[in-house]
Amino acid sequence: MLTSAGSNLERVLKSGRHVVTAELGPPKHSSPHNIIRHTKTLKGYIDAANVTDCQSAVVHMSSISAAFHIMNNGIEPVVQVTCRDRNRIAIQSDLLGAYSMGLKNVLCLSGDHQMFGNHPTAKNVYDIDSIQLIQLTRRMCDEKLFFSGAAIKEFEPKFFIGAVANPFADPFEYQVDRLEKKINAGAEFIQTQCIYDLERFARFMEMCVERGLHERAHILAGVTPLKSSRAAKFMQNRVPGISVPEEIVRRLTKAEDQKTEGISICIEQIKYMKENVKGLAGFHIMAISWEEIIPEIMKGAGICQCS
Amino acid sequence: MIVAEQKPLAEILHLIEGYNKLLLLGCGSCVTVCLTGGEKECEILASALRIKRRLAGKPVEIKTHTVTRQCDPEFIDELQDMVEDVEAIVSMACGVGPQYLAERYSDKYVIPAMNTKFVGGSIQQGIWEERCSLCGDCMIHLTAGICPIARCPKSILNGPCGGAQNGKCEINNELDCVWHLIYKRLAAQGRLDLLKRIIPPKDWSESRDGGPRRMIKEGI
Repeated sequence: MLTSAGSNLERVLKSGRHVVTAELGPPKHSSPHNIIRHTKTLKGYIDAANVTDCQSAVVHMSSISAAFHIMNNGIEPVVQVTCRDRNRIAIQSDLLGAYSMGLKNVLCLSGDHQMFGNHPTAKNVYDIDSIQLIQLTRRMCDEKLFFSGAAIKEFEPKFFIGAVANPFADPFEYQVDRLEKKINAGAEFIQTQCIYDLERFARFMEMCVERGLHERAHILAGVTPLKSSRAAKFMQNRVPGISVPEEIVRRLTKAEDQKTEGISICIEQIKYMKENVKGLAGFHIMAISWEEIIPEIMKGAGICQCS
Repeated sequence: MIVAEQKPLAEILHLIEGYNKLLLLGCGSCVTVCLTGGEKECEILASALRIKRRLAGKPVEIKTHTVTRQCDPEFIDELQDMVEDVEAIVSMACGVGPQYLAERYSDKYVIPAMNTKFVGGSIQQGIWEERCSLCGDCMIHLTAGICPIARCPKSILNGPCGGAQNGKCEINNELDCVWHLIYKRLAAQGRLDLLKRIIPPKDWSESRDGGPRRMIKEGI
């Protein structure tokens, strides 16, 4: 039996209402000023803010600290935890600390390899992988045990545990199995990688629905508005695990105002998925360095239910 | 076997700066097989160092010798006479060799001429590849005989991660994603069920994380 974390995100997802979450990247400095500003912009729009853990292996403020600022300014955060930089001891210690501050949602992932970031000569950790991290967090919450089996005598944390899925990674046919493995490990909600190839995503979701995975975990479709054709090409060539169809690059290249076109594409994608893709519990908007555009996208796509 | 490669010549020259009488010591084991630190390479390196130093107006006297194995005290003991009148010993073995030399001849400056790379094998003439990371607890029966600890840059036990595309790894599109290879081989064997099981976390205490390891063979 999975214990309940009692987070807002969990409550809304379990109520069956479609949710919208958004990514908020912590700053590359020690001031919470910008994240607080973004939090205030998005308050009332999104159900939760997902806070990245040194995304692209570039040093940022820690996801737990940034999440704390976001929570204090009115949005419930989802704390990302990657396996790249911490071993099982450090991760459990951080989970206890995060819960002590009132953070109730975690998202478990492997993390981008350090060679993508600003410290490519760093040693990586990967003591455990993302699936084992889900198990670790579950064990702390459900069994009141540390990963080693030692008891958490009192005050065990209660997290709402999420994981990621990438329908655009290969081998394609294995991605659904791997998602199922994450759900079997105890993931309750799933965020997907940024979706541009709608056809492939639809196929992925059909396979999930066939297996009933959408009933065992809440699946949120990830979208990222593209600011320019240059951004699209960067995504296409430089970001691991993302597939951007040529058509999108062409549309952006031809557009007079690439930003407006990028917003239109994102809105169209959300609308398409809302109407045509079964099994989705909501959307996760990753507007990288463009957080202020999220309300406009939500209004345009008609997913502005919580304002 | 252990695969090691020679340090760049400029680096070796820098390491021997100020030393005028050297013993350059090859190893007849792994580094001979991977063509980097055996008898032949030892002679070539010695010539190169002599020429460079002569051209720099600082000639160096280099004795060369290659032992059967530098990782065995009995072969190191033999060197007593040779070592006596040199200022430094330059080892062309893997990281084990210079340590054995430094231990046995503790008053000598011992210089490693090699960078020890990995445990692996040859994949074609002149190319070697990593295959094992000496974790001390082999489990490749679960992964179609392919080691994800050694060959996945994230050592993921329940892969592939979300970064693999077209069968290639996220860190280098010329590097095969090992989890893709594992998947393909298990699919061909009709054993994909294995991938549905969650492989539990590794007991790293069996690896180097548990401290330097020792093996005792009983009855010897």
